[in-house]
Amino acid sequence: MSLLEVENLSIHFGGLKAVDNVSFSVEEGEVFTIVGPNGAGKSTIFNLISRFYEATTGSIKFDGRDITKLGAEAIAPLGIARTFQNIELFDHSSVMQNLLVGRHCQRKTNFLAHAFFLPSVRREEIEHREKIEEVLEFLDLQAYREKMIAGLPYGVRKVVELARALASGPKLLLLDEPASGLSVEETQDMAFWIEDIQKDMGVSVLMVEHDMGLVSQVSDRVLAIDHGAMLAMGTTREVQSHPAVIEAYLGREED
Amino acid sequence: MQLLLSGLANGCIYGLLALGFVLIYKASEQLNFAQGDMMMFGAFLTITFVNNEWFGWPFLPGLLAAMVIMGTITYMMDKYLFRHIFGQPQFAMVILTIALGFVIRFVAGVIWGHEPTAINTPLAGKQVEFGGLVLGADDLSVIIVTFFLTIVLYLFFSRTKLGLAMQACSQNQLAAYYMGIPVKRVFSFVWALAGVLAAIAGVLFASKGTIDPASGLLGIKAFAAAVIGGFGSLPGALLGGLIVGIVEPFAARYLAPGFSQIAPYGIMIIVLIFAPNGLFAQMQNKKV
Amino acid sequence: MRFQFKTSYNDDINIFKNRYHVFWYALLGAGLFALPFVLGDYYVAQAIFILIFAIAGVGLMMLVGHTGLVSLGHAAFLAVGAYTTINLEKLGVPFLIALPLAGIFTGLFGAFIAIPVLRLIGIYLAIATMALSIIIEDIIVMAGPITGGVQGLSVDSIKLLGDWVSSDIFTVDLYASPYKFYFLCLFVAVLVTLLTINLLRSSTGRAFHAIRDSEVSARAMGINVARYKTLSFGISCFITGLAGGLLAHYLGHINHEAFLILTSIELLMILVIGGMGSVHGAFFGAFVFGMLPLTVTVLIETFGAPLGINSATFPGLSTGIFAAILVGFILFEPYGVNGMWLKIRTYFALFPLYRKDMFKRQKTYLKTERMR
Repeated sequence: MSLLEVENLSIHFGGLKAVDNVSFSVEEGEVFTIVGPNGAGKSTIFNLISRFYEATTGSIKFDGRDITKLGAEAIAPLGIARTFQNIELFDHSSVMQNLLVGRHCQRKTNFLAHAFFLPSVRREEIEHREKIEEVLEFLDLQAYREKMIAGLPYGVRKVVELARALASGPKLLLLDEPASGLSVEETQDMAFWIEDIQKDMGVSVLMVEHDMGLVSQVSDRVLAIDHGAMLAMGTTREVQSHPAVIEAYLGREED
Repeated sequence: MQLLLSGLANGCIYGLLALGFVLIYKASEQLNFAQGDMMMFGAFLTITFVNNEWFGWPFLPGLLAAMVIMGTITYMMDKYLFRHIFGQPQFAMVILTIALGFVIRFVAGVIWGHEPTAINTPLAGKQVEFGGLVLGADDLSVIIVTFFLTIVLYLFFSRTKLGLAMQACSQNQLAAYYMGIPVKRVFSFVWALAGVLAAIAGVLFASKGTIDPASGLLGIKAFAAAVIGGFGSLPGALLGGLIVGIVEPFAARYLAPGFSQIAPYGIMIIVLIFAPNGLFAQMQNKKV
Repeated sequence: MRFQFKTSYNDDINIFKNRYHVFWYALLGAGLFALPFVLGDYYVAQAIFILIFAIAGVGLMMLVGHTGLVSLGHAAFLAVGAYTTINLEKLGVPFLIALPLAGIFTGLFGAFIAIPVLRLIGIYLAIATMALSIIIEDIIVMAGPITGGVQGLSVDSIKLLGDWVSSDIFTVDLYASPYKFYFLCLFVAVLVTLLTINLLRSSTGRAFHAIRDSEVSARAMGINVARYKTLSFGISCFITGLAGGLLAHYLGHINHEAFLILTSIELLMILVIGGMGSVHGAFFGAFVFGMLPLTVTVLIETFGAPLGINSATFPGLSTGIFAAILVGFILFEPYGVNGMWLKIRTYFALFPLYRKDMFKRQKTYLKTERMR
């Protein structure tokens, strides 16, 4: 059984078919990438999986469970974490606080316990911090632990967002353009991290990315879409040489 | 019928005030909680020029002078105060205008005292008989002036250069800026226009009775009107004002005492819950 | 200069960050404890007023400063707390039980109101809460049996244990025993502050902050935004309700005029002057708000006498000045007194390395609500 199964997924905005009958599946321990020109519907698929949009038709199954009708806040506790194309961090909090929010779905205490700060809450807080320390170490963010997000450079914020997603201890990580706006070196770091996330942590990754270098380096399988419809699926090389994909990116050759 | 008419007249005043809110909101997405106090201040300025115990000018020049002064004050307010916090969260602007409202109210109290004051208008106390109905000339004049103003505003926005520039700014600030429209100055003019409208509304309000510094709280009712009409729509604001104005006297007559006070807000909350963008939200993208 | 080295996770979690921190707060505590023995009754009454508004401020701060939801109607909840306390006491419930009950009732009432109202965003929320405040004001007038209508209710002195133990030790009255009233308010203020800090350093508070900064992201992290907004509203109203109960006894006689929309606005102004998004801010703001009328009166009596003006010459002067100060703060120091305090503290902590642009503001251009 696949970790994530997307079947015949469609969403229409008015007359526009943003995603049209898309099916794919992500296997356990796999890095699966969706590529396509701007406006092809890649981010829309992400927003459908993380339940920000209602699917018009089709179904999404995670770990054998149908999540098509769940609320957006019910997704993270199942073990799906995501990043955003335009970084959505909590600007007025420190890196530590941001990662602690990432641990939100792992909490076991309620607000009454919090109000009196019972010993169980303290134990939980320490536990959160131990887990976060592992993530900070893994992504080399120790130096930024107490820094406010508002003062951090773009590249670091991108990594902090990845860290926040990892802090929740996910089974599946959705990365929306993890390398956009990063320098060549930062992109390379990102590639290594994604490989490590897959190999060492055993987390599956579903990614949207434009940088074909990064895509070919880390992806096990690639899905190309355009105008919301599937064009080709396979290894990076197969997809890149597929005539329909070339046509979508470069346009039809004039006869 | 008489109820309807006096409600209509009140509604016109609310509508004019709401128009001021919406103008500013549409142009710059700023909320002006001081609109009611601006109205009160404009009315007192007119009283200063017109009433016999002060300058005792004829009515129209006095009103014009008050309008000009109000416009200048609000223009300056935008230029020297609000521009400072441009780009800060919307909430800052809300608090700032509320605080300014307090200051305006205080200043008015110092200058003119806290006694309710009436205004000398040429129409005061006169009545018009129309098909068996006795109508107060003040009520009638309010309705006529509002109607007239609406046409003037419409022409202003569709025919004059400044009006078109305001429309452009409200639709897309950046694009307007690239087209060479001095966006900041246009904002200041929008504020000036709102100030002028506030002065007119104030005079109309004062002509129907008396005015004192606390009358600025009327602005809250106009807020309800703007929300009912949908915050982004000028015609909606007027209609919202009329709805509030008409509902009030009827609620006072047919419901238990006390309900007429809260009826407008009750309607507003119901509208907010069921149509969070106001009744006329679909007009949002049409005009300024 | 001083560095803070964290050697265990507890350093990160504890309320007091280091020994200096503990020392200063101990000193503050001692000062507050000694206050009624040093100052006259008049000033103690003033201090009580400040404490009550600080409590209400802490409550409103939970909502506005920490969750990012603007309420222009908190006087309504102050009223609910006040009338609930008084009516419970009239039924013979001792104050020590009536006050928390009133707080809980206000909290539940607030949460109930919140469910439809919190679907609104930004300005619409502010306007809806404002309307709520006005409606409650009128309901107070109409609901005669509970509220005494326009005449209002006169409030007896507090009997902490009600009629169970009718000893004078447990009777608290603003005029007969102001210091007892002071300690009661101080106790509630400390309790409420501790509760707030505890919430803020656990996942509930972080969820509030997350909602304030990015709702989309908060939802993606598994935070049930609607539920946490309601929770924040409820907690905020709970605290405000407690303040309302104390306020009723402070005023001695309450009617709708104690809970006007102006009170709601003043509460919000307290937060802005004090400094948004910090617990300190509520106290700083309440202090400024409480001390200003007194200061203005003293200044006028001192300097105005030769000019023939006294405090009656300009009614509403202190409100006007308060608003003018507020305008200044918004333009030049948006984090209020707390912001100034932080700057001064940093200046001395880093001396001589402080740079002027250290606290320079980042402009945050609002994301428009309009569809373009």
